[in-house]
Amino acid sequence: MTSRSATRPAPGARDQVARLLTLVPFLHQRSQVRLGEAADLLGTTPDQVLGDLRVLFMCGLPGGLPDDLIDVDLDALETPDGGPLADGLIRVENADYLSRPLRLSPTEASAVIVALHTLRSGSTPEVAALVDRVLAKLEVAVSASAEVRSVSVATTPDEAAEVALAAQLQRAAEEGRQVRLTYHVPSRDELSERVVDPHGVVTTGRFSYLDAWCHLADDDRLFRLDRITEADVLDTPRRTPRRAPRDVSDGAFDQRGEEGAVLATLRLEPESTWAIDYYPMKAVRPQPDGTVEVDMLISDPRWLDRLLLRLAPGAAVVAPQEFIQTFTTSAQRTLALYRGGQRTMES
Amino acid sequence: MPAAKSERLLNLLIMLLVQRRPVPKERIRELLYPDSAPDAFEKMFERDKEELRGLGVPIQVAPVDSYFDDELGYRIPADDFALPEVTLTAEEASVVALATRVWEHATMAQATTDAVRKLSAAGVAVDLAPLDIAPPRMVADEPAFAPCWQAVCERTAIRFDYRRPDEEQPRRRHVQPWGVVRSSGRWYLVGHDVDRGAERVFRLDRVTGTVRRAGPPHAYDVPPDTDLRETIRRLAPPPGAQRAVLLARPDSGHSFRRRAVAVTHGVTGPDGRRDWDRVELERPSRGLVDEVLYHGSDVVLVEPERLREQIVRRLSAVVGAVVG
Repeated sequence: MTSRSATRPAPGARDQVARLLTLVPFLHQRSQVRLGEAADLLGTTPDQVLGDLRVLFMCGLPGGLPDDLIDVDLDALETPDGGPLADGLIRVENADYLSRPLRLSPTEASAVIVALHTLRSGSTPEVAALVDRVLAKLEVAVSASAEVRSVSVATTPDEAAEVALAAQLQRAAEEGRQVRLTYHVPSRDELSERVVDPHGVVTTGRFSYLDAWCHLADDDRLFRLDRITEADVLDTPRRTPRRAPRDVSDGAFDQRGEEGAVLATLRLEPESTWAIDYYPMKAVRPQPDGTVEVDMLISDPRWLDRLLLRLAPGAAVVAPQEFIQTFTTSAQRTLALYRGGQRTMES
Repeated sequence: MPAAKSERLLNLLIMLLVQRRPVPKERIRELLYPDSAPDAFEKMFERDKEELRGLGVPIQVAPVDSYFDDELGYRIPADDFALPEVTLTAEEASVVALATRVWEHATMAQATTDAVRKLSAAGVAVDLAPLDIAPPRMVADEPAFAPCWQAVCERTAIRFDYRRPDEEQPRRRHVQPWGVVRSSGRWYLVGHDVDRGAERVFRLDRVTGTVRRAGPPHAYDVPPDTDLRETIRRLAPPPGAQRAVLLARPDSGHSFRRRAVAVTHGVTGPDGRRDWDRVELERPSRGLVDEVLYHGSDVVLVEPERLREQIVRRLSAVVGAVVG
């Protein structure tokens, strides 16, 4: 038997205790657990588990008599030079009082419950029923404390539909089937139908996208899921090779289509500065009077026009001159519809 | 690698767990901290208790003798400590395994994994069985999310700078958090605003700078019967209108048509043409005026009058600014 020697302090004592409080019941539930399996369960290395077990070996009931201490067969887990034997069987005795794992903490319980509610939101009725059964059983297992109930996900019907759409498109990508999309392009207020070969669904912070080869554009395109108005998974197999969907999380795709774009300078009043966080800006220059001057690359002047109308009168074009004129004309033409025309007239 | 501190924590836990009666502090000192001076013991013992409580270990303080309550001791009630029996079918266990892939947030993903490990340790066979589902993802990329969630779980008061859209400068807020809620694709914090003495809802993406603790844990109670979603509904600004009527040119205003309760074709528009469509919306979103303006001369708001006036005022400001 290894001698019980003094030990050096190490960081993460709390993590180590947490791992042991999970490991001991795990061993208790199963007859033969090898060091490597235990490391997999705990998401750590055999070396770390061996270190944890050496700590356990020093613990037990107060009193200090040999029978009071937890017994760990360390010899079976160590090479002669003290390294871990991943194949070694773990044997722990005299630790029955640790045979049940610790209750889920409020954070753990709420994290798993929110994850389950998320799974439920976009799933089929059968899966939803399955999730409900799990939630009911877990609610007993976690302390039904206020802390757990204080985290909640209120999913709107729109969000649930989008989750279901994401799952449907992802499956089409995995099965190699084509999808017919009806897609809304708000910048042109255009509805178009197209057949795509889906690569997969990807997500940035707030939006999810389908990355797919578009047979209308003959190129790869990203489609924002909340702008897909209809999606039919077809029986026809994809005609182009599937590749991994693009990583859109760093916003790199915002840079596409820059050739032919025009740099525009806008002045945003304070109430319009939210736009800085929503659209890619080339430069942002706060002014002494509280307004902010920004430079944006504009590939479609019609979109800029729409943005300025949405912000009206909180944004103005500084340059180029042609955009100032277009915007003013749009505002005048729109205003004329309110001033001159009849209000409402049924046919 | 093994740490003296881990041993001390685990020994303290075992000692308080196996005792039926609360253990007096002096006894704990004799057995587990024999070499410490009184001051050092007090400090170390306080820290160790907090470490264990941080793991979720319930440490109770109770009179050592039920007839004389002058001496207090410590204990860990085994029933509160241990995870109760959970029996899941293989199919149910695969749902739990799937849950570990939902969070796209490092801390929350870790917490979910830790929870599932505990369930495995309790005997649930959690395997990634072939459940044919691509799990949806839950995103929380607001930097304020993790500290707010933590504060809710620990019931710790916090302070942060918060910028309302109608204010130019962020303002410092002091809040006792009650909960976090995801609604319409955003995360919100619900809590008691200490400065205003009232409940408030904060959008987490409007929190600027760092969220800091402003008090000890477990320092306040969340009012019983708090219904977070109900609070959000109640405190949310009222909808801009109950009903709205728009006129849209053919093949335009698609975002409105998607949500319309009724669309009438072939209506005479403000320009006298007879090919407009009349689009009716129930409870339009608060951004209705912005969205109508976005469509320029393709979409005209007819009702409600109040919002129509706003549009006229905003467009006049643009045209007037140019003329003047």
